[in-house]
Amino acid sequence: MIERWHRWKQDRRTAWAAYVALAVLLAALPFLTGAALGRGWVRILDFTLLYVMLALGLNIVVGYAGLLDLGYIAFYAVGAYMYALLASPHFNLHLPFWALLPLGAGLAGVFGILLGAPTLRLRGDYLAIVTLGFGEIIRIFLNNLNAPVNITNGPQGVNLIDPVSVGNFSFSQTHSLFGMSFPGIYTYYYLFLALALLVIFVSLRLQNSRIGRAWVAIREDEVAAEAMGINTRNIKLLAFAMGASFAGISGGLFAGFQGFISPESFNLFESIIVLCMIVLGGMGNIPGVILGAVLLTVFPEALRYLGELQNTLFGRILVDPSDLRMLIFGLALILIMIFRPAGLLPSVRRQREFGSDASVLAQEQASLYDTQR
Amino acid sequence: MDILTQQLINGLVLGSIYALVALGYTMVYGILELINFAHGEVTMFGAMICLAVIGALAGNGTGLDGGVIVLLGLLAAIAVCMVMGFLIERIAYRPLRRAPRLAALITAIGVSIVLQNLAMLIWGKQYITFPPLLPLVRYELGGAVITNLQIFIMVLSCLLMAGLLVLVKHTRLGRAMRATAQAQDIAGLMGINTHTIISVTFVIGAALAAVAGVMVSAYYGLAHYYMGFMLGLKAFTAAVLGGIGNIAGAMLGGLLLGVIESLGAGYIGALTGGFLGSHYQDVFAFFVLILVLIARPSGLLGERVVERA
Repeated sequence: MIERWHRWKQDRRTAWAAYVALAVLLAALPFLTGAALGRGWVRILDFTLLYVMLALGLNIVVGYAGLLDLGYIAFYAVGAYMYALLASPHFNLHLPFWALLPLGAGLAGVFGILLGAPTLRLRGDYLAIVTLGFGEIIRIFLNNLNAPVNITNGPQGVNLIDPVSVGNFSFSQTHSLFGMSFPGIYTYYYLFLALALLVIFVSLRLQNSRIGRAWVAIREDEVAAEAMGINTRNIKLLAFAMGASFAGISGGLFAGFQGFISPESFNLFESIIVLCMIVLGGMGNIPGVILGAVLLTVFPEALRYLGELQNTLFGRILVDPSDLRMLIFGLALILIMIFRPAGLLPSVRRQREFGSDASVLAQEQASLYDTQR
Repeated sequence: MDILTQQLINGLVLGSIYALVALGYTMVYGILELINFAHGEVTMFGAMICLAVIGALAGNGTGLDGGVIVLLGLLAAIAVCMVMGFLIERIAYRPLRRAPRLAALITAIGVSIVLQNLAMLIWGKQYITFPPLLPLVRYELGGAVITNLQIFIMVLSCLLMAGLLVLVKHTRLGRAMRATAQAQDIAGLMGINTHTIISVTFVIGAALAAVAGVMVSAYYGLAHYYMGFMLGLKAFTAAVLGGIGNIAGAMLGGLLLGVIESLGAGYIGALTGGFLGSHYQDVFAFFVLILVLIARPSGLLGERVVERA
């Protein structure tokens, strides 16, 4: 069965057909969703794509380089605030989108290095707590920098942010093409899709590049990697900077798409959710990460229908569905991890590590005592 | 009133609560290398259960003395939290003993989300107030004020911590715990039932967390389903500050964090000429943490992690 699937996958014609089918599906998805589930779900689709970009960025830091980052959302915040402050009535600045996006990515990258540089010597969970603290520091500053000089407008957040627009083409307005009408959320979908594909492409190319292999080497054994001539300092900083700049881009898009941002959108829970996306999907494996991002964005939204479900099952609403939502979400996290500890779609390398191959297992057991500190 | 002494007293009280919670983090981390994210939620449950018992007993005119009611609430909280600690480890962590560490981290996050929302379903979203059952006595101490509650919190935490140190350093059980922390497989070969030891560790940590939860709710007079999150975060920070996995380190880190926070909140305005206000209290705590870790990457009392050869 699997054999046949691989042969089928390798056949170039079927591969092309699959890609074309996927492309058509992705292009038609907002219309299908809009027709079947309503406009609200097209918006969720847009957010899904933002989270795909975010998760792929964190995948570079955690999945490839093995640096546990619990403050990742801070870079998202940096990108979003960069966009919001330079393209809103708050400072009465209205810089164009094409200038802001690279600027946001760049600034987030700089913050990534700022976080990375002092923490190079830290390992594992010490790094996790420092990144967590860093994320909280950024959020608290965003929350309080409205006095004595009003920079971020504090907890109220920034309002009336310019929508993403290129030249005279604004993504938030309804456009019509070939007699079809494209409301703002649809045009945003195509923009986000294009950028998500770009991020996927970059991630794929990085995976097997010299840099990507260096990241994996550091993840597996930093001392050995250094002995192999890898400049671990620069390569680790590069992982932080690249991961951060992905988040900066999605942050900018988020600000333009939403039109309003406040520090509340960038709390620790968001960082944790993005981490859950990549671990749940399968760390270091791009299809897995995408799957994780899609699942964890769509699943909580789908749980909003719990009220209707209770109505049809019991004839009345027993428990407020919004209260039940996160409970079920947490349970799902526990169950998935217990039954698929390596993630839903683990990378080939991890699959091998977790394979039921008895000889490999025996070997690992035997070497367990050598490697334990 | 002497502000410095007052802030020091407040800091030490807060710090001893942090230390109690931090001990739970550090003991679990020492053995499993797992950040038990659900620990803060166990603390919250401790506070909530105590308040539920107090509410049930105080309202019904049972005629019991206020102190007895609080004591009963505390004991109930400890008992329930110990069962919770045991169940959490059994259901969510034990199946993942040989899995990658991040998988266990995600289940820990899942448990934390579940417990938080469970508490919200049971006790609602509003703040629950701690009824004034015990008379509050104020004492003058070098120009500052200290209450009997503050003294009680500090004394009880000191006793508990001393008891834990004796348990870990001087009993058979403690030796088994230390052996399991050092090398789980070899401890198993030496005839230690490591599963039991790990369960015991969770149960002890949960009991301490329950006490800390009751203390927090009594000290601030409030409890809330969301209170475990920030408390857990601070306590974990304290554990890392002291060197995670190290029991004395957790105590030192907790006390230090409490004092730093309270001094920071009191003086940050004056230090920065009014530019930064006391709402930067949390920034201060994390900033100190980052500075300490840059200087000592494995915490204040942590052993240097030997790099794998």
